[in-house]
Amino acid sequence: MRTDSAHHIIPTRVYYTIFGLLIFCTFLTVQISFLDLGPLNAVAALGIAVFKATLVVLFFMHAWYSPRLTWVVVLGSVFWLGILLAMTMTDYVTRVWRTYG
Amino acid sequence: MPDAAPHALPDAAHHTLSQPTQAEVALAHQFDSLEQQRDATTLGMWVFLVTEVLFFGGLFTVYSVYRSSYPEAFAAASHELDILLGTINTVVLITSSLTMALAVHAAQVGQRKALIAFLVVTMLLGAAFLGIKSVEYYHKFVEHHVPGPGFQFEQEYFRHAQLFFSLYFMMTGLHALHMVIGVGIMLWMVAWAWRGTITAEYYSPIEISGLYWHFVDIVWIFLFPLLYLLGRHAH
Amino acid sequence: MSSTVLSPPRHYLNDGYGVKSWLLTRDHKRIALLYLAGVTFFFFVGGAMAVLIRLELATPPGDLVSDETYNKLFTMHGVMMVFFFLIPAIPAVIGNFLVPIMIGAKDLALPKINLLSWYIYMVGGLFTLYALIAGGVDTGWTFYAPFSTASSTTNVIPTALGIFITGFSSILTGLNFIVTIHRMRAPGMTWFRMPLFLWSIYATSLINVLGTPVIAITILLVAAERLFHFGFFNPALGGDPVLFQHLFWFYSHPAVYIMVLPAMGVISELVAAGCRKPVFGYTFVAFASLAIAVVGFLVWGHHMFVAGESVYAALIFSILSFIVAVPSAVKVFNWTATMYQGAVSWETPMLYAYGFIGLFTIGGLTGLFLAAIGIDVHVTDTYFVIAHFHYIMVGGTIMGYLGGLHFWWPKMTGRLYNEGMAKVSAVIIFVGFNLTFFPQFILGYLGMPRRYHAYPPEFQVLNVLSSAGASILGIGYLIPMIYLMWSLRYGRLAGSNPWGAVGLEWTTTSPPPTENFETTPVVTWEAYDYGSTVEGHVA
Repeated sequence: MRTDSAHHIIPTRVYYTIFGLLIFCTFLTVQISFLDLGPLNAVAALGIAVFKATLVVLFFMHAWYSPRLTWVVVLGSVFWLGILLAMTMTDYVTRVWRTYG
Repeated sequence: MPDAAPHALPDAAHHTLSQPTQAEVALAHQFDSLEQQRDATTLGMWVFLVTEVLFFGGLFTVYSVYRSSYPEAFAAASHELDILLGTINTVVLITSSLTMALAVHAAQVGQRKALIAFLVVTMLLGAAFLGIKSVEYYHKFVEHHVPGPGFQFEQEYFRHAQLFFSLYFMMTGLHALHMVIGVGIMLWMVAWAWRGTITAEYYSPIEISGLYWHFVDIVWIFLFPLLYLLGRHAH
Repeated sequence: MSSTVLSPPRHYLNDGYGVKSWLLTRDHKRIALLYLAGVTFFFFVGGAMAVLIRLELATPPGDLVSDETYNKLFTMHGVMMVFFFLIPAIPAVIGNFLVPIMIGAKDLALPKINLLSWYIYMVGGLFTLYALIAGGVDTGWTFYAPFSTASSTTNVIPTALGIFITGFSSILTGLNFIVTIHRMRAPGMTWFRMPLFLWSIYATSLINVLGTPVIAITILLVAAERLFHFGFFNPALGGDPVLFQHLFWFYSHPAVYIMVLPAMGVISELVAAGCRKPVFGYTFVAFASLAIAVVGFLVWGHHMFVAGESVYAALIFSILSFIVAVPSAVKVFNWTATMYQGAVSWETPMLYAYGFIGLFTIGGLTGLFLAAIGIDVHVTDTYFVIAHFHYIMVGGTIMGYLGGLHFWWPKMTGRLYNEGMAKVSAVIIFVGFNLTFFPQFILGYLGMPRRYHAYPPEFQVLNVLSSAGASILGIGYLIPMIYLMWSLRYGRLAGSNPWGAVGLEWTTTSPPPTENFETTPVVTWEAYDYGSTVEGHVA
């Protein structure tokens, strides 16, 4: 992790490589969705999405080359969303689920 | 940023000519240096993106709750979405992120024409995304999948499929609104680039606009599997 | 200090005259005053609602207004007070004015965004006011679904949209403060040399940025459900009303920390200045602010113990609600320890500070009662809850706000207010407040439900006491309006440091120049450095 993204100019081949990876992952996730893997379908789809998003954040958004504070901000936002999702789902997962009519 | 070191003196202190440089014109009065200004505005955009994560996050929460409660209905409803158009749109957006990154690069090396070209291509790709989305919405309307009095679906999953489509329109609609704003921002950046406001020393507006654009791409990277890829293998 | 005080020749108030110089200003100090006008206006609108509520509740039958009108009164009271007064007041008025000065900067990082925040706030507020005038809303400020989405026939959407718009004001102000504190500190102003007020503002800004977007999307969901009959929260369409409550309280619980953290920050400043001592345990108080902000996000389910959330989730939220009280208690202990063997003074700001410490403690302790599920089941939706949160929001936040306003009034205006009248008002407010809200603890415990405009006759005595207290409290709030306005023209000139306090704001003139300092300060002393001479810190 560099600390000076301002003067660090990332070579364009990095962008093209990441682009290639992203397109590949897109086709991969579509192909996997046609297979019946049960609960693993969701895991695979979300896992690939997280990987793609990470690539965009790190390289297109220059986070890899940004100060530590940027990392704290990014991880913090993901963590906070995690709190909202996890603690809300705690309620639903532990209820005796009733469909509402 | 080191805590104890004093900030650099304003650029003007080193300047001997009477006319301000392009960079000095761009320096706002509350900042001591362009570097401080760039750091501050970049941090500001990142913090704004945090708010966007939580904003969309609320919708993802609603989605999670109902997907975990009504998995079959959601799969059946998801199956009705056009995976080809969805995949094309995903590729379009990822490409637009590439062109956006290349636009920032062009700004960093002072290539004004390339900057404008990449910004315009990014805008066109964004417009293409919106166009394809409109086609999809039209299909949904024609197939009676728009929630409301005209909604039609197989009886077994009727109510919960309607919930899925409510979420579909809410989530993709909000995303599309952000795309429209993004295209508007790109237009603004094209104007600035055209006028020569953007230079190799002062390109942070492009970088910040790029951050926003990439974020909107990331939202779609999650929307696509959650909305389109659920029910592919079933039925 | 010299004996003759002169007004500085050029300062931010005379740096440009005319409406345009105010409405198009980028000066954080002028924007703070614009906010002061706005929050004061909305406070009195909310206060007018409160007057009507307490008038109705002076007698058991619902004879002053109809039940529907009463629903609208308490709804608008809550909406106005929460979203348009308590959440913005200290950050947007005192914070806007002081944050750049306290860190030694010329302005906030993003001055134009700051002005935009004010416009957004005013537009949202006026939009919501329109909803009130055009017939009101009857859902309660919590606008629970499915009543708000499917049944209520009142102006839910305009009110919701007004709040949505104003939410962006909170987000942008919070963003601005975070960026400013990270990137604009003067040379030598390390994090641990900052006044504790800034730690509180920083923690508050984190909550603003992380929480407000969730209520924003919740409002959009309510509006969409109302307009398009989507069904996210409607059981008849497959939705869950409790999901609305999860999303609503995910923000609205941290929101109460948005309301109280800045007041706590003010108290740290007042106690240090009033006792001529550094705040005891600076590091603990600083981290306590962050802890309140973080843990405050983990407790929202304690508003839903009886709503239908699972017992297991309720247990987790209950334990966390006990834990969140700890950092607040740490602060109370540390302020008290600061006062110990300090040169305790009795000037008006300090009166508000001491009042805060006592009343916030009562409010906080009763919060623990509510965190215990066994008790909450009995007192939820009664006047016990109302008393609890008014002790914190009025006994806490508003007293912190008034204390801060009085403390920094000389800095902001260059004038001293009438100390005698100010002391009298502070005492009237304290007496009126306790008379209004203490009986409500008893009423709630005895079973009087909230949001009812009629009640059984056996509750009348306590209600009459409460209404009498409210009239005293109202008078207490009106008096400062008079003497503070009066001081603008006729008050004695203040000088740069009328309190003899330590802090960067006291090293510059009263009122400060537009650029805040003649030269950028270089900080070499610790916060609250009352050990060395005060004059050593004057630039």
